[in-house]
Amino acid sequence: MNLDPKTPEGPLEKKWTNAKANYKLVNPANRRKYSVIVVGSGLAGGGAAAALGEQGYNVKCFCYQDSPRRAHSIAAQGGINAAKNYQNDGDSVYRLFYDTIKGGDYRSREGNVYRLAEVSTSIIDQCVAQGVPFAREYGGMLDNRSFGGAQVSRTFYARGQTGQQLLLGVYQSLSRQIGLGQVKMYNRHEMLDVVLVNGVAKGIITRNMVNGKIERWAADAVVIASGGYSTVFFLSTNAAGCNVTAAWRAYKRGAGFANPCFTQIHPTCIPQEGEHQSKLTLMSESLRNDGRVWAPKKKEDCAKNPNDIPEEDRDYLLERKYPSFGNLAPRDISSRAAKEVCDEGRGVGPVVAGERRGVYLDFRDAIQRLGRKTIEARYGNLFDMYENITGENAYERPMRIYPAPHYTMGGLWVDYNLMTNITGLFAAGEANYSDHGANRLGASALMQGLADGFFVLPYTLGNYLGAIPPGEAGKTDINDPAFADAENAVKESISKLISIKGKSSPRSLHTALGKIMWNKVGMARSKESLTGAIEEIRALREKFWSDVLIPGDADELNIELERAGRVADHLEFAELLCFDALDRDESCGGHFRVEHQTEDGEAVRHDDRYANVSVWEFTGVGAEPKKHVEPLNFENIKLAVRSYK
Amino acid sequence: MSEKSLNLNLRVWRQKTADAPGEFVTYKLDNVSPDSSFLEMLDLLNEQLIETGEEPVAFDHDCREGICGTCSLTINGIPHGKGRMITTCQLHMRKFEDGETITVEPFRAQPFPVMRDLVVDREPLDKIIQAGGYIEQRVGSAQDANTLPISKEIADKAMDAAACIGCGACVAACPNASAMLFTGAKMSQLNLLPQGQPERYKRAINMVESMDDNGFGNCTNIGECEAACPKGISLDFIAMMNRDYAVAKVKRFFSGAA
Repeated sequence: MNLDPKTPEGPLEKKWTNAKANYKLVNPANRRKYSVIVVGSGLAGGGAAAALGEQGYNVKCFCYQDSPRRAHSIAAQGGINAAKNYQNDGDSVYRLFYDTIKGGDYRSREGNVYRLAEVSTSIIDQCVAQGVPFAREYGGMLDNRSFGGAQVSRTFYARGQTGQQLLLGVYQSLSRQIGLGQVKMYNRHEMLDVVLVNGVAKGIITRNMVNGKIERWAADAVVIASGGYSTVFFLSTNAAGCNVTAAWRAYKRGAGFANPCFTQIHPTCIPQEGEHQSKLTLMSESLRNDGRVWAPKKKEDCAKNPNDIPEEDRDYLLERKYPSFGNLAPRDISSRAAKEVCDEGRGVGPVVAGERRGVYLDFRDAIQRLGRKTIEARYGNLFDMYENITGENAYERPMRIYPAPHYTMGGLWVDYNLMTNITGLFAAGEANYSDHGANRLGASALMQGLADGFFVLPYTLGNYLGAIPPGEAGKTDINDPAFADAENAVKESISKLISIKGKSSPRSLHTALGKIMWNKVGMARSKESLTGAIEEIRALREKFWSDVLIPGDADELNIELERAGRVADHLEFAELLCFDALDRDESCGGHFRVEHQTEDGEAVRHDDRYANVSVWEFTGVGAEPKKHVEPLNFENIKLAVRSYK
Repeated sequence: MSEKSLNLNLRVWRQKTADAPGEFVTYKLDNVSPDSSFLEMLDLLNEQLIETGEEPVAFDHDCREGICGTCSLTINGIPHGKGRMITTCQLHMRKFEDGETITVEPFRAQPFPVMRDLVVDREPLDKIIQAGGYIEQRVGSAQDANTLPISKEIADKAMDAAACIGCGACVAACPNASAMLFTGAKMSQLNLLPQGQPERYKRAINMVESMDDNGFGNCTNIGECEAACPKGISLDFIAMMNRDYAVAKVKRFFSGAA
């Protein structure tokens, strides 16, 4: 497997400039001869489709939702980082770069992360020009707030709906290109395979989710921007439809999967109430700007009304453990701190599976300091959402929060140009692994999605297409045997699924997988738990393929068939995640191996062996995947123990 | 937190395909947690149907936190059900009574044909945006964001309009299947902002014409749309749209264009 990162020569701050200066270009009149397929319509996919359409390429964009405006980027609440330094508080491109590398626990590539920080400022300019209504100060300038893992205020926001507003900005640009006929949009289409012609990505196979039709699509390049895989835990903050399928099918065609064990558990979610639950709802991390996290010091106080627990009996755990970052400690660290107190029996809220899983996020002091009106203006919609779900009023009684699977840093391996190890196959946004190392900082997912879609792929894809002579562009024939083979494989797999007609619903099997993953591969992992998980996943997969029940037929709108296909892929992928977690014998960011911790429970990295990227190659279902390693070279940043104390 | 569970009678619209005739089918569903959401209740119904060998009820859903706009459903005659400013996925079963009969239908509107059961096609809303619901701003051509100060009042008002999630409840609630709340919100967001001025009147005409071409009816000031809107979009934005459309038509008349 060729894992050349292709990081450009030169000093850090010149790399992207140098790369752009050397990229090949396609003459504007020739661009219409080239076509690009984009899978996914979120910030990365939708942004790339719009920007490539503007440049004059023929773009086909696919999404499983009923409209490109629904992609799950929409659910991000808190904000987007950019090194604008509008607050005059010492921010710079270098500081955002440094914070991101450190926040990621030194497991990302310097060149990529610096580029991300560099283009972050253009993202804000672009979005404002598109009409994104960011929050403003009375003087008319853009407002900022602070987020976890940073000591500057660099986060731009639009009430608690930043992701929605940014996605709608992308959707509007995309809609303009659709209206012009430059982008063809295919809603309710699910990508089920990548087609390689002579080893080069030249198309995809999709299923039309309305009539079940399996179709072939050819292009000169394919971009996968299909998001992350947190739904492997069943209960997560992701949308119900989020899945690993597109990335997984690419992996099965030979694309390397990097660091799948780097999953992020978000600290501020509404705790689980019972077994009926289908998802966990996230409350923006921005709440931690004004809310104080605490748990009762005494176990006997856990069932009490929190307002009756006196100040001296409250343990403000993050302020106690991390005095300099306090309630704004990074996500992985905050999540583990909450889990620790619950494991000690000091959790609050309803008992689920024998344990109270929750800590308080208290706004009492902020309301006293700033007044209820200010808190309402800042977080009103989040308080409403909380009340709607729990039936509790958080102005009067502290919120209960608990960590939940949220974001996945791992993904398809890509080089500096966002191309996977398969020529012509690109991956962007959460679907790739590139920028966040072992832990993503808050407000950086929106930044990366838009950076990849608006400011990176339009250059790097142009460079790739520029190497294809205009005479050869658009010449891929969907009658090529490679397309027929891929289509037949997809059809066979679907008819196999439908024909099992067992007793277990796809949802029940997904729930079972989620329990294994959360209990054994969640916030704390050990050699023992991971080995056990692999066994259980294999048994569950066997059960799936002998006992799944999918009512109805393949050639109709069939919600259980859609679900079953995704669960089937998760059942294979989950095993890879465990293998990676087992292999990475260190604690690092979101990956916490109990064997590697300090006396007070902090993660212990092993830079001598693991300051690198693990990239896995498919060798067959149920077979041990083959590991490849991309070393990480830190030329600018000195590796250090991440301290937020 | 949960009290006792609910036993329900569900009258659900079943329709196999877009062309097939549909009908209400009643199902009994017991032991529903009052803490579960309406969609989780439907998940439970589907698990029960699958167990008994029946086909599950198809419905649209995705984020399940009230922001993506995918879920729909008309519940006891009200789009997104009872409860102000929430989507179906945010509607919790604690708002229903034990033993209640609940009628569940798709969003009913001529421009939204039923695809299966409770799933409808809302693509006509996309078409309205494609006709002009954007600012022509190529990637890479923007100036520094703070060179254009925008007063907080204007930014906040634009944000009020921008909060629309495109779910189509306004259309389903309207006796004329009008999309004027949706279109008014999106048009006003852009027309309020200084960035949106160059295309303001062209946008007004193109979006209104697309609305008409896609089969949406006209507003007759009933206000059901505002009441059904999960994001509380104000009728004022319809007025703003009408004004911009009128000015655009007058401008066009005097400029001699057709």
